[in-house]
Amino acid sequence: MDRNTIIAQVFYTIIGLIFILVGMKALRDKDLKVRTRTAAFWFILAFTFIAGPFIPYWITGVCVIAIAALTATGGVKPSKSDVPSPEVTRKNADKLGNKVFIPALTLAIAALIAATFLPFGANNAIGISAAVALVVVFAITKAPAKSAVTDGSRLMDSVGSVGILPQLLAALGALFTAAGVGDVIASGVSAIIPDGSRLIAVIVYCLGMAIFTIIMGNGFAAFSVITVGIGIPFLIAQGANPVVVGALGLTAGYCGTLVTPMAANFNIMPAALLETKDKYIIIKSQISVAATMMVIHIILMYILAFR
Amino acid sequence: MEALKLIGVLIVIIGFILKKDTIATVVVAGIITGLVGGLTPMEILDTLGKSFITQRTATLFVLTLPVIGICERYGLKDKAVDLIRKAKNATTGRVISIYLAVRTVAAAFSLRLGGHPQFVRPLVNPMAQGAAIAKYGAIDDKTEDDIKGCCAASENFGNFFAQNCFMGASGTLLIVSTLNEQGQSVDALQIAMMSIPIAVTAFIVGSIHNYMLDKKMDKKYMAQGGKN
Repeated sequence: MDRNTIIAQVFYTIIGLIFILVGMKALRDKDLKVRTRTAAFWFILAFTFIAGPFIPYWITGVCVIAIAALTATGGVKPSKSDVPSPEVTRKNADKLGNKVFIPALTLAIAALIAATFLPFGANNAIGISAAVALVVVFAITKAPAKSAVTDGSRLMDSVGSVGILPQLLAALGALFTAAGVGDVIASGVSAIIPDGSRLIAVIVYCLGMAIFTIIMGNGFAAFSVITVGIGIPFLIAQGANPVVVGALGLTAGYCGTLVTPMAANFNIMPAALLETKDKYIIIKSQISVAATMMVIHIILMYILAFR
Repeated sequence: MEALKLIGVLIVIIGFILKKDTIATVVVAGIITGLVGGLTPMEILDTLGKSFITQRTATLFVLTLPVIGICERYGLKDKAVDLIRKAKNATTGRVISIYLAVRTVAAAFSLRLGGHPQFVRPLVNPMAQGAAIAKYGAIDDKTEDDIKGCCAASENFGNFFAQNCFMGASGTLLIVSTLNEQGQSVDALQIAMMSIPIAVTAFIVGSIHNYMLDKKMDKKYMAQGGKN
């Protein structure tokens, strides 16, 4: 292993430890019926993060299937957390003032600086910035050291099992590629994209992202399918800048999220929460902006990707 | 039958539509695609395990959670509320646009504000409704719904289009790991920087949208000689 891989492994081990803490929190929660299975989920996940690179890959493959079986059977639930009360956060806010924003800003800015000026790579920069911001947050809030553990595992638990979805989707993309799914989609799409037409390829990719997101209600899942099937063969392989295609591709999918009832958390449940007369009012309100943003995505990708 | 290989895509679509467990859906789609594509069970386990390990990148956002959790305990959301409250004399559209600005910046720095339940319902919507009533006197149900729609929409605009500006955001890391898995070398810093133009444009387009709400209400109520 080279230096950067070792540093990365240290950070992945820390993530594994956070998973173990979430699992232990579940085990301690006697009111949680599925505490054993919830804990098993987090411990298996922690095992793959900590030991994964040092054992045969198929063992991790088995772990992934075990994780899926646990979530599929409803065995993974959040356990009781020490949630700060509104009175506590208000009192702290009045005491600290706007200084409370500093650690959060540090997180973003330190990552930027570490990625630009340190030789450890952009991924490790995220871990480095988390460490720097942790020092800053303790200096500013004078919080007890255990807060890092209790508040970190509380948030991880509230993100829950879907937190590993992006990682799984990337793995799905790998399986799709190995099985030749990308080639099948590509040969189908090649019928509509005339040879070498960059503009039409951009339009098909951006619309494909949006349409798949409308159907599935999830831009992340659309991204792994459409990027493997359309983005890589018709844009990146034709010389488009992968950074532009990737960054604009995902947000092009979000234009679809804005107009689909499938994305109920964003479009339907909030309408109920706001007690609107028309339950589709949020989607109606978003259509014009979604359409405008779609056009902007296509124009920006066309201009920036082929510079 | 080449088209049979698309069964995995179909499984993902159906699984998400039927709201089946997302993780299980993705894993099942992967395994079946592998089988149809002619991979042996061992090859499938190996590919799945190997890419899961290399793509741990996508889960790096976990490292930022302790800091954000402590900030929350020490009043992060409360200070954001204070910031938005300062807009109490603005028009409806402007109140919503100020929230859009706060939400956009917050998303770009990965601050979790809590969205619709914690900001839009208790704070932004009442302020926006209040501004309309102050300006036009009474408003009808249709207008009330329109304002609610715009408030909820701004939450989504800020959240969706700005979140990838943060290097440690899960969307950013998904882009990086998906492209790396396909042999493209991109990193999180590049993706975060390239996400800035869309965040800025979304703020502009969203603000115009809110401005048009003001104009629409002006036309509807001023013509009838509303208060003011």
